[in-house]
Parts: sequence; structure tokens; C-alpha cells
Amino acid sequence: MQLNKLLKSLLIALPVVALSACSSSDSATDSTAGQETTNKGAQEQTDTAVVSPIDAEAQMTEEEIRAQAEQELRKVQTVYFAFDNSTISSEYQDMLAAHAAFLSKSSNVKVTVEGHADERGTPEYNIALGERRASAVAKYLQALGVSADQISIVSYGEEKPLVLGQSAEDYAKNRRAVLVY
Amino acid sequence: MFKRWILTLFVTCLTFSQVARAELELVITEGIDSARPIGIVPFKWHGEGKLPQDISAIISSDLQRSGKFSPVATNKMPQTPYKDSDINYEAWTRMGVDAIVTGEVKLNAQGKYEITYKLIDVVRGQLTKGQSKALNSSGELVLTRDHILVNKVASLSKKQLRKYAHRISDVVYEKLTGERGAFLTRIAYVVVNDDSQYPYQLRIADYDGYNERLVLKSKQPIMSPAWSPDGKKLAYVSFENRKSQIFIMNIYTGKRELIASYPRHNGAPRFSHDGEELAIVLSKSGSLHVYIVNLKTKNMRQITRGRSNNTEPFWAPDNKSLIFTSDRGGKPQIYRVNLSDGLTKRLTWQGSQNLGGQITPDGKFIVMVNRSETGFNLAKQDLETGAVQVLTKTLLDESPSIAPNGGMVIYSSIYRKQNVLSMVSIDGRFKARLPATNGRVRAPAWSPFL
Repeated sequence: MQLNKLLKSLLIALPVVALSACSSSDSATDSTAGQETTNKGAQEQTDTAVVSPIDAEAQMTEEEIRAQAEQELRKVQTVYFAFDNSTISSEYQDMLAAHAAFLSKSSNVKVTVEGHADERGTPEYNIALGERRASAVAKYLQALGVSADQISIVSYGEEKPLVLGQSAEDYAKNRRAVLVY
Repeated sequence: MFKRWILTLFVTCLTFSQVARAELELVITEGIDSARPIGIVPFKWHGEGKLPQDISAIISSDLQRSGKFSPVATNKMPQTPYKDSDINYEAWTRMGVDAIVTGEVKLNAQGKYEITYKLIDVVRGQLTKGQSKALNSSGELVLTRDHILVNKVASLSKKQLRKYAHRISDVVYEKLTGERGAFLTRIAYVVVNDDSQYPYQLRIADYDGYNERLVLKSKQPIMSPAWSPDGKKLAYVSFENRKSQIFIMNIYTGKRELIASYPRHNGAPRFSHDGEELAIVLSKSGSLHVYIVNLKTKNMRQITRGRSNNTEPFWAPDNKSLIFTSDRGGKPQIYRVNLSDGLTKRLTWQGSQNLGGQITPDGKFIVMVNRSETGFNLAKQDLETGAVQVLTKTLLDESPSIAPNGGMVIYSSIYRKQNVLSMVSIDGRFKARLPATNGRVRAPAWSPFL
């Protein structure tokens, strides 16, 4: 959880720092201690860089701009699903492609796909539904060239709802797969 | 990897501290009318101050919770007799009461509490005026006073009083119903308290919610507690290492043994009734499948195969077959597999889904989660005739667990947006709710006879 938060703040901070972004965030996920300091430094620099953000962007190469767009997409880590369903909707194509591109470029990064279900049905059978969703995302990433040994799957079934409640909206928020680096 | 293990040390914390919390107070929602009236006379205390445990109140509460008895309120009693010669039989039978429990407690010379109690058949007492006679072995007519069904004396320490009260309930219940009582049992359950530093807590309490103890707390989910047949161990699933793993824990020593930690899911542990094997569910092959682990040799054999999901194994009373939930036919339904030849048969046909099956101790019924137009509710299916009876009508009923005497089912449902525990008698007549106090209460598991 904490790792996740740190990574998120890294992703926000990094674009503004002169970046060969991908490789530096890779090493950050591997070492918690190193990450703490990297992160702090990045945040300080973010504050100073805000003064001339347009200049920073103007100096970017096309490659860098694309990397930045990819990072934006990777901030989204959750895929939502229809009831009793594990089909990935087309709206997640770009987001998953960005994660896949990042992962294929950085073979030492590992990702866990967590699958979740809404509370209808039994806890044990909901493990199957969560696993199907996580598995669908894992297969999608693999089809885009991510190596299978970079991806692991955990199904939490109905044990970790995002929201409590019995409305259709509540249930929709709980039927999800989350990419956790 | 090493870091993971260090983290684990912080994440999981074994404790045996008593949780300061009132008992799970029962709210009876249905079935008082159909229960049999019984008179539990407040036991007479010959000592000073208050009796440390209100023995008769515990018995009264036990019998009411069984769903089979409706104890008469003390202020509605025609009298509170302590000797059988003082009983006004007519006054009790007029109220429809056919049995009375009465008793006395005093401190004896050794400082122990001496309890004397009687169970009296009021109808028989009225008929014989308490003076029934019969021929003895030498052919003489003697006073038998056969309206006194039970007459016992016991001396106990203060600590043993509550337990002994449950023992009296067991004796009374068995004498009047012919079935064994399950008042000396426990329930294990998972409490999720999102405000706690360790939100996921595995707790154990007496069946009536008293003596609640925290046995494991974790920052990650705990699932599927299951009792060993000797009532000393719990198998459960923990995500404390950010993946599912099956552990067996001795609840008295706190010692834990890791049983399964394969890639993907490790879940749904269930002890065989002889305690020698553990049915588990693994998805290392790509979908959920039932396996059996021999707890001595650790040898494992796979029971189900194929591309479908198979979970929620439950042993038949003779350990010769398992029932389990499978989606091999599309939607989840319950199947039975013979362990000797692997022969598998679908059991459930009514309702769009049937899951989470448990076999009653007599082997005659399965209790399961049945999905119909009304939602997910508990149902009971006669294994011989196939007849299905829906038992509950609460919201999103799941995780049924049958009392070891087969009389009652405890389960998890939703009440006011929260997971709470509820109970239903096996005939579906008596329904009660155990209100949640500090968190969502899930995954109840009724212990064997202790």
C-alpha cells in the first residue's frame, strides 16, 4: 500500500525533473530505503520547477513527451468489470498499453494484479471471480509483450471492498482489478 | 524476499488477550410462538451478595437460543418452587408448561459452589400427584416419583459456574428433545474493523458470544476459519504476506504451521472428520481445484480437474466423499465426489446458483447458499428426495456453519449495510440476529462438541 503511494508520488514528481524517467523509477521500486530519499528530493525539485513548466516541456524530445503521456496513463491502475464478468472493456486499452510498454522496457520491474469481486455470492466463489479478472488483465499485458514472470496474481475476492454498500454503483466500484507495483 | 518476511513480523501479531466486549446479544426475529414453553425457576442462592453467575438465566438463554424452547418470564411464573412437593402442577400446565427446571446453590465447607438442580415433568407430576409407584426388582411396590427426570448435585469453583450452567442446558435439552445439546461449543469468526490498525481479526467466543478472545490480527484479510475435530486448532487463510496462504494454528499455544503457499490462490481449508486430512483449494493450475493434504505425511492429491472452478469442499460424515461447488456447468452448483473412484454427481438443480454447501451431521441434508429471484439465501436440500426448503430471507446470506448437533445454522448476512452473524434453526422456524458491535462480522465457524 505504502509502496504504491510512494510510486504514485514519484510518477507525479518525475516528469518535471529532467527525466530518463523509466529507469529511475524502476530502481526506486526495488529498494524502499532508496525510494524514500529519491522521493523527497523529487518533490523539492517539483516545487522549484513549477516556476517555468512550459520551458521544461519545450525542451522535451518527442520520445520524452510520449514517455510523459505514458506515465499519465499509468497513474490509472484500476480496471472495472461488469457483473459476473471478466472481459476488459475497450476504455482500458490505452491505460493497459502504457503499463505494458513500461513493463516490457523494464524487465526487472514486477507487478501484482489484484482481483476483486462484489459481495454477492459466497466468499470462496468470489475468489474465482477475482482471479478471473486479475488473470484477464495479466493475459492482456502478456499479449502486449510483458513477460509472464513479471506478473503475479492475487485474488482477494470480496474481502477488500473499495466501498461498503449494496447499491449497483457500490458493487460496480468493487468489481475491479488493480495493478500494484 | 527477506524484507517481505521482516514486514510480516510487523503485519501479523499473535495475541491471546481477552477482548473487552459484551456478549453477542441475540435479537430473535422469528419463531418464539412455535417454541415449547418451559419454566426455568430462578435458582435459590443461599449465600451472601450475588451469585457470580446467574445460572438459571444462562440456562434460560441457552434453551431459548436453541429455538426449541420458550422460557416463561420470571414475572409471569405462577410460583417459584424449589422442592418438587411445593409445585402447583395445575398452575403450570394451565400455561402450557410441561417441564420445569429448578435448583439451589450454596457454598459448601470447602468453599465450592454446590448446585442442586431438578428437571421435572409437570404433566407426569400432575397425573401422579408426584407419588408414582412401580414394582421393583423384588416385586415390591415402591415410590418411584418418575416425574423427576433429572436430579443432580455438583460442586464447582467460581470459574466453572458458567460452563456448568451450559452443561445443565445440555442435560435438559437432551432429556426433553432426545438430541444432544450444543451449548458447550464455540464459534470462530472474522471481524473486520476498518478503524483498527489491524483491521482483520480472527476471534473465538463461546457459542453465545461470551468469553470472546482475539487469536490473530492482521493488516491483510483473513478468510475461511475451520475447526479441527478436536476443537484445538483452526485452519484459515491469511493474506499477511500479500498472497493467500493456508495456516493451521493451535488456539491454546498460538503455534502456527504453514500448510500451503502455492502460486495464486490457497484457500477453503476443511478438516476431515477424523482430523487426519485437510481438503484445500488451489489455483496453481489456472483455475480453482480441490486437493486433499494428508496432515501427517503432507502428501497431496488432486480431487477435481479441468478448466472450471471448484471450491468449498465439505466432507461427508463418513469421510468417503466430498461435496464442493463447481461452475463446470456454467453457473456454480454443488456436486458430490466419491473419493475412492472419483465418481462425481451434481446434487443441486433448484435455483440459478447453489454454493457453500455443508452436510448435516446425520448426513441427510445439505445446507447451502441458494440464489433465486429473492437473492442469496440459505436453503436446505433433502439428499434423498431432493426437496429444497429455503430457510432464510435476510440479505446476502453466506458462509453457513452447522452446529455439531445439527440443530442450528450460523451464517453471515447484511443488516443495515454491515456484515452481521445470524442464526436459523434447521427447520427454518427460529431466526435470530447477533448484532455487530465493533466491525463487520464474517465467516462464522461453529466448533465441534468440546
